[in-house]
Amino acid sequence: MGTIRPSRRNFPRLLVLVSEPIVDHNSQHLVIVPAYNEAGTVGEVVRSLHTHVPDFDVLVIDDGSTDGTRDVATAAGAKTLRMPFNLGIGGAVQAGFVYALENGYDYVLQFDGDGQHIAREIAPLRAAMADDPSLDMVCGSRFLSAEHGYPAPISRRTGIHLFAFLLSRITRQRVSDPTSGFRLYNRRGIALFARDYPHDYPEVEAVVMLHFHRLRMREVPVTMRARGSGRSSIGSGKSLYYMVKVLLAIFIGVARRRPTPEPGDEAPVAAAPNI
Amino acid sequence: METRIQILAVAASGLLFLVVLELVRRRRLLERYALLWLLSAWVLLALAIWQGLLSDLARVIGIIYPPNALFLIAFGFVLVLLLHFSLAVSRLTDQTKVLAQRLAILEERQRRGVTEDSAQRDREEAVDFIAGPPRSR
Repeated sequence: MGTIRPSRRNFPRLLVLVSEPIVDHNSQHLVIVPAYNEAGTVGEVVRSLHTHVPDFDVLVIDDGSTDGTRDVATAAGAKTLRMPFNLGIGGAVQAGFVYALENGYDYVLQFDGDGQHIAREIAPLRAAMADDPSLDMVCGSRFLSAEHGYPAPISRRTGIHLFAFLLSRITRQRVSDPTSGFRLYNRRGIALFARDYPHDYPEVEAVVMLHFHRLRMREVPVTMRARGSGRSSIGSGKSLYYMVKVLLAIFIGVARRRPTPEPGDEAPVAAAPNI
Repeated sequence: METRIQILAVAASGLLFLVVLELVRRRRLLERYALLWLLSAWVLLALAIWQGLLSDLARVIGIIYPPNALFLIAFGFVLVLLLHFSLAVSRLTDQTKVLAQRLAILEERQRRGVTEDSAQRDREEAVDFIAGPPRSR
């Protein structure tokens, strides 16, 4: 590894990016599976990933579960990241991006640990990414296929469609399922989201970020199952908070234009030493 | 302003000032968080003692009863302090998140059983990581 002098203008996180990644795996593809108390389903998810996409490394991110999710995932043959406490979906998924970046993966697939996504459906995502190398993110959408096999409650569907409408306006392309967590990213997408990813309910905001960083996305139709065991990270009581928070994030995201610091900007976390 | 309320205002803001100073002295409160408290205590104390200033101020804002101006200003400081803390909490949340992620990734790497070679590279990378840029002031 070449020695890299930390120059004035680089900030630490990016040094990892420019230094040679430590590669001790053969695959260039990584699936990140965020899981919070999903011991009942995560084993099956990992096995189905191994079956359907054997060339992907599987990384389960146990977001501070209390039910042994990590052990189940390890037993099923996945690599695991164990968060010391519950960070929320955004922080957990971002850890996966940082991991992918530092270990030199070219593609990251995000795949839910609750059994909602179907490993067979990864193929169309990969095909879309392979077809058009200018795509930085390919999204699985529930609402593009003719038959939606997705029994979401009406309140949640209303919210999704509202977000879809707003995002379609902002990005000037059709975004039908902005809350889908079934996504494939290339290196540019990985690098962006390793640097900055929203804390909670990140999917919608991530689309806005992607757009203003001039990265490109596309949706492909997929089917999703109803959830296996475990509970959604979005309980009914939190729906309102979810709506308001994401709406705020969308509007702030539009006003922000450059949501994350470029190399050489002040570091976001340590930005203000006088706070 | 009525004498009783003035005495109360002077005593309260004076006490606040002293308590904050004492907390800093005992290293229970960091200076960076104490500054705003000291500023508000100092301004409130000045207004409580210097009655002319307070009544002028009240007249400018359009408040008939001067002590109300004092409460308004105190309330303003409270809002600013709360915003200050929200900023601090947000920053801590962000930092905690990054720490948790780094910890999880390092643990995973350790669990994988690093070979001597990659351990060496890890150390080099750790040095790079810590070195970082000089903090600009």
